[in-house]
Amino acid sequence: MSAVIGHEHDHDHAHGHGYQPGGIMRWVKTTNHKDIGTMYLWFSFVMFLTGGVMAMVIRAELFMPGMQVVEPERFNQMITLHGLIMVFGAIMPAFVGFANWLIPMQIGAPDMAFPRMNNWSFWLLPPAAILLIVSLFVPGGAPGVGWTLYAPLSVQQGMGMDLTIFAIHILGMSSIMGSINIITTVLNLRAPGMTLMKMPLFVWTWLITAYLLIAVMPVLAGAVTMTLTDRHFGTHFFNAAGGGDPVLFQHIFWFFGHPEVYIIAIPAFGVVSQVIPAFSRKPLFGYTSMVYAVASIAILSFLVWAHHMYTTGLPVTGQLYYMYATMLIAVPTGVKVFNWVATMWKGSLSFETPMLFALGFLFLFTLGGFSGLVLSIVPVDIQLHDTYYVVAHFHYVMVAGALFSAFAGIYFWLPKWTGHMYDETLGKWHFWLSMIFFNMIFFVQHFLGLAGMPRRIPDYAPQFTDFNMISSIGAFGFGLTQLLFLYVVIKCIRSTEMAPQKPWEGADSLEWTHLPTPAPYHTFETPPTVK
Amino acid sequence: MIKTLLQKIGVRGVTMSLMLMPGLLWAQDRAKWNLQEPQTAVAREMYDLHTIVLVICLIIFVGVFGAMFYSVIKHRKSVGHKAAHFHENTTVEILWTVIPFFILIGMAWPATKSVLAMRDTSSPDMTIKITGYQWKWGYEYLKGEGDLSGVADGVQLYSVLATPHDQIYGNAPKGEHYLLEVDNPLVVPAGKKVRLLITANDVLHAWYLPAFGVKQDAVPGFIRDAWFKAEKTGTYRGQCAELCGKEHGFMPIVVEVVEPAKFAEWAGKHKTAATSAAASAGAGATATAGTPDGKGTYEKVCSVCHAAGVAGAPKLGDKAAWAPRIATGADSLHNSALKGKNAMPPKGGMVNLPDADVVAAVDYMVKAAK
Repeated sequence: MSAVIGHEHDHDHAHGHGYQPGGIMRWVKTTNHKDIGTMYLWFSFVMFLTGGVMAMVIRAELFMPGMQVVEPERFNQMITLHGLIMVFGAIMPAFVGFANWLIPMQIGAPDMAFPRMNNWSFWLLPPAAILLIVSLFVPGGAPGVGWTLYAPLSVQQGMGMDLTIFAIHILGMSSIMGSINIITTVLNLRAPGMTLMKMPLFVWTWLITAYLLIAVMPVLAGAVTMTLTDRHFGTHFFNAAGGGDPVLFQHIFWFFGHPEVYIIAIPAFGVVSQVIPAFSRKPLFGYTSMVYAVASIAILSFLVWAHHMYTTGLPVTGQLYYMYATMLIAVPTGVKVFNWVATMWKGSLSFETPMLFALGFLFLFTLGGFSGLVLSIVPVDIQLHDTYYVVAHFHYVMVAGALFSAFAGIYFWLPKWTGHMYDETLGKWHFWLSMIFFNMIFFVQHFLGLAGMPRRIPDYAPQFTDFNMISSIGAFGFGLTQLLFLYVVIKCIRSTEMAPQKPWEGADSLEWTHLPTPAPYHTFETPPTVK
Repeated sequence: MIKTLLQKIGVRGVTMSLMLMPGLLWAQDRAKWNLQEPQTAVAREMYDLHTIVLVICLIIFVGVFGAMFYSVIKHRKSVGHKAAHFHENTTVEILWTVIPFFILIGMAWPATKSVLAMRDTSSPDMTIKITGYQWKWGYEYLKGEGDLSGVADGVQLYSVLATPHDQIYGNAPKGEHYLLEVDNPLVVPAGKKVRLLITANDVLHAWYLPAFGVKQDAVPGFIRDAWFKAEKTGTYRGQCAELCGKEHGFMPIVVEVVEPAKFAEWAGKHKTAATSAAASAGAGATATAGTPDGKGTYEKVCSVCHAAGVAGAPKLGDKAAWAPRIATGADSLHNSALKGKNAMPPKGGMVNLPDADVVAAVDYMVKAAK
């Protein structure tokens, strides 16, 4: 697909390229896509651990019936911040980190199109994260409303809610700037011969994701701004007594929220579409249909938002329309899964850590897809909505989907980024422990939901005890396993053993075929020619 | 026959695919693994629909991952398999786009029929208005159409968690219906179509009774409808399903289904109790006419916290707790109640409550503590 001719080797310009401050100022002022990518990835890992600690508090409280660890209001704050931090602080920045590192290298560009804006989009994130965390310590604490921030409960909250609203505005600005940067880079900085349909699938998925972000982040900003004015400036958008409607908030939120699911999932599809062919030693099956499938999922994602709202009292016709439209998403999603399996079919497979995580993704994400199909059926959803079944479903998509594919990507590109190989044995341990503990946490939650345990409750009836115990034990195991991951990454960075230019036999995109390992600070100052 | 078979395969199939689960749990209690046993025709349709979809998913799952694991085992490099080079096949691509489409239509058809049945609230035998409060449920039997019009008209009750605080905080052993018990359950007749008009007073709640297949959000300022026709007498339990603040996990729903004759008897008792209470207080009738009703407001709203001293709220009649507060003056107390203080939200969370009622309730509580 991306055979390269006229290979002109890039020289290492790292230190011969104008002024570069040392120490901390290197990171504060950097406009280099690799530095910024690295900062995004570390930031997201710190947030991942922070949100993880909150998950541990939640699971500790739910280990047994009765209130033991936190008060109910603190519990609600934990579920809110866990959701917001994991979605906006951990998963989204992780994939933006991948985008920064890889898009210029995979399309043969010297850097992102707007390097200074790139710097700013990153440096907006830490203040937003600080606002979210500080909200825990203000009077009234963080909002106890769930990450969905439903009105009118959000209108009742203390000033923690205002801090959260401000944080969301900042995060939204960061995402929009990042997306403008990605779209401009992909559309304008491709090397000669790198036509759109020759781009690696990872680049395609980010191009589509960036459009989704630009379309929906302003919608979320609108929703939280309306909440803000309802709280402080006497408007009644969500108050029936003033002519408003609480359900309006949900419509606006989920018009953002459903595409958001795909903002998280689509770059994950991209990573997996690079990893599976590399370890199958066979080109991706159905490249064109993959591009079309991702595009159709993105378009459909705008048309199904009210399937999160079947129980709000939609008209019958509304319920039927959203059910049919939602079920339709199974078609392009199925195409993707079939393509990945067909890529492996009659390949020459090997199972290094990136491939294990990619297969873990494929297996568990598909399970999450099936539970999504179950939830799309209105009468079944009436039973399962707002129960632990939904919690299980979206963690299969978010954790086993997005997080596992991020792990696959990190193990896959670590040699290129650091110049060293990671410890394969420890990597495999990380995979298998994550796999086992993940299923311990979330598989049993399907049964809790079926049996009628509502989500977002700090205490539960005794018949739910044993599954909750299994789930909590799994959660503690999963949390500890991620410290192993941190160790593997640090060990890899500090290792002295150099990795070859192309450690993966089947990898074929420009960063492997064309650049030395580790990738020099500046790459492709002279664009390669792609045939 | 086929349905029962399907149900069996469905339930078993899930467990078999569950290599991680200790089989012990399964033997111990079957009901934990699936939807609750349906008690209405609608809930039964939901149950069957879930089973059908689950079975279809399992078949596809086995097909897709059978192929994947076959490939994982047979096409590995370590057994010397050489990679083929195909990467396109239009026929296959069209097939696996079109076939799933038809499978989906197969699922959508029964689902549509059951949505239509589920939403048909016409010609009920009686109507009950349900109001969600932070944090309890209010039930009111309305005057309406159907067989049972008149039997329970005007009966009103509030349904609050009955599990003692000590059980929740581990100072007493947990009872059999821990967190799923209330002081006044909703009582309904068996075999009658009951229409529910659901709303809320403050924030969103959701009235969720799994065995009846009912889950409907309660939206403040709007009325939504749902219905059920319980087949058997008995006690059925559910919970609020929409996060509504700190006591969200502590506002259960209990419905007692009784024979229609017994229901009439129960309703008769409640009606006389309600009218005599109204007559003796004399305030019941006037309250609706506009005079602020301190005691009534206290009982409806404030008592949720101030009766038991939840979150540091001074208890009704607790002189020691009230004395320093009373010393700050009536205006300051009224303001605290209207604007909120410490854990207490403005107006105790009942934003729609008239100011006069809040003030009257404060005065009532102050009087009780003097």
